[in-house]
Amino acid sequence: MCLSIPSEVVELHEDEQSVTVETLGVRRKVSAHLIQDPLEIGDYVLIHIGFVMSKIDKSDALESISLYREIAEKLTASE
Amino acid sequence: MLALKTLYQGFRDPQTLAKLATMIADEAQQLIEPIKIMEVCGGHTHTIMKYGLKQLLPNNIEFIHGPGCPVCIMPKERIDHAAILACLPNVILVTLGDMIRVPGSKGSLAEFRSQGHDIRPIYDPLDTLNIAINNPDKTIIFFAIGFETSTPMTAVLLEQAEKRGINNLLFYINHVLVPPAIDAVMADPDVQVNAFIGPSHVSVISGSKVYRPCVEKYQTPLVVSGFEPVDVMESILRIVRQKVQGVAELDVQYSRAVTEEGNLAAQNKNQETFVVRESFRWRGLGPIAKSALALNPKYSHRDAEIIYRDQLPNTEIDDHKACQCGDVLRGIVKPKDCKVFGRGCSPQTPLGSCMVSSEGACNAYYRYNGVS
Amino acid sequence: MSENNSKTVQLSHGGGGKEMSDLIQQIFFKAFKNPILHNEEDAALLHLSGETAFTTDSFTVAPLFFAGGDIGKLAIAGTVNDLAMMGAEPQYLSCSFIIEEGFEISALKQIVASMATELHKSGTRIVCGDTKVVPKGCADGLFINTSGVGRILRKGISVKNIQVGDAIIVSRDIGRHGAAILMARESLALESTLTSDCANLWPVIEQLIAANIEIHAMRDATRGGLAAVLNEWAAASNVGIDVQEDDIPISDEVKGLCELYGFEAHDLANEGTFILAIPQAFALGVIEIMARYGQSEHAAIIGSVTAEHQGKVVITTPWGSRRYLDLPQGELLPRIC
Repeated sequence: MCLSIPSEVVELHEDEQSVTVETLGVRRKVSAHLIQDPLEIGDYVLIHIGFVMSKIDKSDALESISLYREIAEKLTASE
Repeated sequence: MLALKTLYQGFRDPQTLAKLATMIADEAQQLIEPIKIMEVCGGHTHTIMKYGLKQLLPNNIEFIHGPGCPVCIMPKERIDHAAILACLPNVILVTLGDMIRVPGSKGSLAEFRSQGHDIRPIYDPLDTLNIAINNPDKTIIFFAIGFETSTPMTAVLLEQAEKRGINNLLFYINHVLVPPAIDAVMADPDVQVNAFIGPSHVSVISGSKVYRPCVEKYQTPLVVSGFEPVDVMESILRIVRQKVQGVAELDVQYSRAVTEEGNLAAQNKNQETFVVRESFRWRGLGPIAKSALALNPKYSHRDAEIIYRDQLPNTEIDDHKACQCGDVLRGIVKPKDCKVFGRGCSPQTPLGSCMVSSEGACNAYYRYNGVS
Repeated sequence: MSENNSKTVQLSHGGGGKEMSDLIQQIFFKAFKNPILHNEEDAALLHLSGETAFTTDSFTVAPLFFAGGDIGKLAIAGTVNDLAMMGAEPQYLSCSFIIEEGFEISALKQIVASMATELHKSGTRIVCGDTKVVPKGCADGLFINTSGVGRILRKGISVKNIQVGDAIIVSRDIGRHGAAILMARESLALESTLTSDCANLWPVIEQLIAANIEIHAMRDATRGGLAAVLNEWAAASNVGIDVQEDDIPISDEVKGLCELYGFEAHDLANEGTFILAIPQAFALGVIEIMARYGQSEHAAIIGSVTAEHQGKVVITTPWGSRRYLDLPQGELLPRIC
């Protein structure tokens, strides 16, 4: 089930290789079996069928978003 | 500081989308031939339909909805097998989400469930462990489906069952692979596809490297894209730019989540748990060499396909003769040009794979076409 | 009652004898007391005048208790709302319980108490009822059926009465009940502060009628959600309905659940949310009246009725594209791709 929204890690349960994540006020415990590097509270992660699949690279995401803002502003100015 | 809301709203921002649409329309004027983009993944089909992206694009850019929905590509005989397994005495069949809706030749798993067979749709494969623990006198069969994205989760389930000595859990494996499907589509000389949007989550697991051979072999641009509408539009802009410059490159727009190498922990688990099948039949596309996985022989004690092989017939069951799903998946015909589209074949009574799930091309056309 | 020696409902509680009489007297009569019910005749005698609305509904929710309500609240509010949606003042209800052997008496009492609270809010009475106890495994805990009658205060409200140009109004943020039920299911293992919208709608409807609002159609968006109501309306009145996706109120938690599982808020059930089709001229007045009631303080105009694309609902996305809003299909299952 490929859903795009990232979730935020809000609790760690290291003993059972899982973490609690939150998306817009909804919390769920998910498995961290597929993640090698330790997760930290505040990390943004992608979830697929109850598993953390990957961490989101925050600086990369911010870069994209600021690029989009620039695009939007530049074109607005040129219109 | 990055907030969760910015993280998804930034990639859905209507203004950004409108600007990207303008840029695409501008730059696409320089195109010599129309671009026919295949999005391989059902998640992208969903985004394109839900956000109506087609309407934001110029006429010389078209989508061809590829074989990227694991539910749609499951051939009828494999669904029949699942039903046969579910009908065995003392069996609980467990599978993911909307797989239970898809009809095999004798009905869908939901229909078998209504006849009293124990078939349970779940969201999280690890829930199967609890079902197995709570039903020690039953055999639990996990009907595993999905592309590279869902494969490592099955591997973890098996690993946990082994580790915890849960012996009443078996697997019926139907995991399939994206790159061989791309090859199968491109192998047809009539095929119209000349650019690809690469899957998001498959690539998170496999890494973008798996598409390199495809880009080189077919000289076709492939942009690995995120699932949000702005992601998809930006990916299209990148494809247009490659086309205008006359290059064919592997490019990753979804760089906040996809790396060249992918998720190595997940890949290792796959390696350990599965082997590649010689061939697997895809609904609509037919047999494709090395396009699916089976359990590693060292786990044959958990392989329902081996344990119950005498009960599972080898017969292949094709879709209705008039169904042209194979051509639709290759972009050779449009859904509405198929003879049975909207007549014999509709979302309520699908004849072919593309009408089966909401991510299927015909299903999407049936529901969304016609708003002017 | 056999409370001292039994904490659960036994088959004998449905046997027609002493235990059954105890159960009825000490739980149901105590909570629902009124002169008509106490007559204990084979049928209730009612004095009805004028055109009367009559409706029935069965309630089989799992789990029985959820954030913001339980099956008892649902059983009263659901039937009261069906009457209210026809412009009828809810008057009398019937109530049948089908109880699975072994059901906790304390849970039954809690459910009956919330039914009593809900009856009180709507000014209706339960005037007749029935109790059956079935062997373990023949029902899932507790099923409740309620039927109701109400005096029509406003005639002409009908799904066939929607006019081109009408405004479409939704009474609050959508999808809460469906989302609350999904969250309460063990299998999704979710936590949030979301509550069901389950509520009795008669008080606000009564005000709309009293204010002489011209109501063409009105329906509570229960199973099938907003999408089902709008599609039924478009087909029944042979009109097109245009809605603006951005104007449909949805809470963050419902959005979160939808994002996580691939659901659409407009497909999720509601139990205290209704949709109105009224002439544009009344729209702002209606919003103003509805804003006085907590449950509808975020009422919003979400679209309008058109002569184009008859029988279909078209949703305009914030991105400027348009697509058909479909009837929800099949059981709600997480999307796979």
